[in-house]
Amino acid sequence: MTLPLRLLGGLGHAVLSFLALVGRVVLFLAETLSHLVRPPFYGREFLNALFQVGWLSLPVVGLTAIFTGGALTLQIYAGGARFDAQAVVPQIVAIGMVRELGPVLVGLMIAARVTSSIAAEIATMKVTEQIDALVTLSTHPMKYLTVPRVLAGLITVPLLVGLGDIIGILGGFTVAVKSLGFNPAVFVQNTVNFLEPLDIISSLVKGAAFGVIATLMGCYSGMNSGRGAQGVGAATKSSVEAASILILAANFLLTGAFFSV
Amino acid sequence: MIRLEKVEKTFGSNAVLRGVDLEIAKGSSMVIIGGSGTGKSVLLKCVLGLVQQDAGRILVDGQDTAKTDRDAFLARFGMLFQGAALFDSLPVWQNVAFRLLRGSLKRPKAEAREIAIEKLRRVGLKPDVADRLPAELSGGMQKRVGLARAIAADPEIIFFDEPTTGLDPIMSGVINDLIREIVTEMGATAMTITHDMTSVRAIADNVAMLHGGKIRWTGPVSQLDTSGDPYVAQFISGSAEGPIEAVR
Repeated sequence: MTLPLRLLGGLGHAVLSFLALVGRVVLFLAETLSHLVRPPFYGREFLNALFQVGWLSLPVVGLTAIFTGGALTLQIYAGGARFDAQAVVPQIVAIGMVRELGPVLVGLMIAARVTSSIAAEIATMKVTEQIDALVTLSTHPMKYLTVPRVLAGLITVPLLVGLGDIIGILGGFTVAVKSLGFNPAVFVQNTVNFLEPLDIISSLVKGAAFGVIATLMGCYSGMNSGRGAQGVGAATKSSVEAASILILAANFLLTGAFFSV
Repeated sequence: MIRLEKVEKTFGSNAVLRGVDLEIAKGSSMVIIGGSGTGKSVLLKCVLGLVQQDAGRILVDGQDTAKTDRDAFLARFGMLFQGAALFDSLPVWQNVAFRLLRGSLKRPKAEAREIAIEKLRRVGLKPDVADRLPAELSGGMQKRVGLARAIAADPEIIFFDEPTTGLDPIMSGVINDLIREIVTEMGATAMTITHDMTSVRAIADNVAMLHGGKIRWTGPVSQLDTSGDPYVAQFISGSAEGPIEAVR
């Protein structure tokens, strides 16, 4: 076989593998959704997932947002100075945080913290036969492990995004007032006046989508992990990679859906 | 009674089970022996439905396992896994009472805890173990907790996958004795997979040897030493010389 044909074959193989993976993930999502509406429901596992996904992510989300808001303010101020537009800093920080940086950075932080942890935990359970044990104890692993986590992602990540938006703007406010000499009342007034309901709605919808992607990919990779420590490591790595890429792709699609003219 | 008819299972190009026929009488203890990688665990997982066989039938009390209600079917089983497979996030008593805290066998929490502590006592563990996490226990204690979980819902059929693997000879003896006692007093049907010959002699009523994807020999444990089968003879003597290749 000639080199071009081999390259073409390799490309075809990669495309087919990717499509097969997409198909498996979609089937996994469909199975998760089907279990979401059928009893039994595991309330205790759901509450635990809310705590793990939501509450324990607060510090990392808050710190990410406050530093990003502060840095964004400095950048907009310095960039705006080039054409004498420093006054628009509050508006740009608000729209930048709420529409883009808040949801995307929170999504990526959740992918790093929660997706990896879910994948590693479930993959370890698989390797140590705990998933098989669940089945023999008449408990469906999808219901017990996947549904509570995905539901928790759907509910808590939009809340984290909303909080991240507020903390990010607060970071910007602090830098603007303390370092750049902005009037606090004017900063707040400009921020509130400039933001529209659609900005906030898009932010929360993105959060919900990213929450589902992050938790679903963690569960999928864990459930489909290979054997041994290497299998657990590979599942963890691939879950974070896949979740991060899917979050960025979903962000592009959702931004287009909300704001394309 | 458990009956396997011409059960086959292939992974890729590796035909692990090539037509297994086996019968386990109700209330008896069957031990399946065979070298590593001969498909003993796959066979057990096929019976439980954790692995789907490619061909053949598995009948429990005359009912095809592929056609029975899965929850009702699994409610009749208990299983001790090779590594105990305890849920690390749950304390010991919740591991033991897992089935009693949810699903069709759900009981009030206090009652489930009481049953768990009684089962722990049955396997020789003190009640103060109940609130510890599995990671805080030794390998032998984890096996006992796994055994307590397997018997918590008083199952009719209990499976033991390599129950003494990784344990010292004294702890192995304790686990073997426990299994024998429990199976006898509960009147349960037991199926054990092992290559530990001490376990075989302590636990088994009947023995079956799996080799080459088929049951090579089966009979009462009393006839194991006089089976006349060269494969069985080599296996129980642990000799490198014989029809079973030492390097697989």
